[in-house]
Amino acid sequence: MQWGSVGEFIAMGGYGGYVWGAFGVTFVLMAGEVVMVVKGHRDSLRRARLFSKRGDDR
Amino acid sequence: MSFNWFRFSSPQTFYPLAGRLAPFFWIASVALTVAGLYIGFFVAPTDFQQGDSYRIIFIHVPAAWMSMFIYVVMAGWAAMGLIFNTRLSSMMANALAPTGALMTAIALWTGALWGRPTWGTWWVWDARLTSELILLFLYVGFMALHASIDDPRRADKAAAILAIVGVVNVPIIYFSVKWWNTLHQGSSVSLTRAPSMASTMLLGMLVMVFAFWAYSIATALTRVRGIILERERHAAWVAQLGTE
Repeated sequence: MQWGSVGEFIAMGGYGGYVWGAFGVTFVLMAGEVVMVVKGHRDSLRRARLFSKRGDDR
Repeated sequence: MSFNWFRFSSPQTFYPLAGRLAPFFWIASVALTVAGLYIGFFVAPTDFQQGDSYRIIFIHVPAAWMSMFIYVVMAGWAAMGLIFNTRLSSMMANALAPTGALMTAIALWTGALWGRPTWGTWWVWDARLTSELILLFLYVGFMALHASIDDPRRADKAAAILAIVGVVNVPIIYFSVKWWNTLHQGSSVSLTRAPSMASTMLLGMLVMVFAFWAYSIATALTRVRGIILERERHAAWVAQLGTE
């Protein structure tokens, strides 16, 4: 391991903004997609239940 | 008793199967990401030329590979839906498109953040970057075209043709660094020769590639379950599901 301190790790040898900008945005996008697909499936299940109860598309 | 390979081509049998498989891929993607990031940040050394900016490749390369691979798989499913008229194939293509677009966007974004300190520019219109941007437009075009046609079976057919025609872009992306004089470097990892990077760097990158694989499979399986429910809501088995 080449990091002497937490500060050194965050600084990334002067490239901190680029490295954390890349990893941060990637994390937010992927986490957002996970939330969307899980919620999407749940919503679809709820709509399917409504549909089977009422028997129409409303 | 012979195994019926077409058994899981029906949405009714695939829906519960996808539900059973997805958790394994979610767990695998988290575990591999933790391992890959540990190797990438704590085991792999600082690059003597690029410093620590090179660590962006631990997500850039997996995302770029997945962006191309998902497109080919998506077009393959779309083509199968077109040829065999199987509903599930087209649903799989639809489930993959948003994840493929996301991978493309990540590849472009991380590439820009790597290019700025390394090349001195966020973006150039060279063949590799431009063809990857076209890939993003192909994904968006596929989704937009499908969404613009009301009848889902007609939408499947039209979008499939777009996807199949767009496949030609994938080899262009892959070989662009050989065919043209691009600012983007050639590949450091290939099947035919030893990789030109430190072994711990390569290991971290490969672990992240598997993490992105697992992630893409998990998201596609979860998304396709929602698509199946939406499109099969008139089927008796979905109504059955609704009363449970």
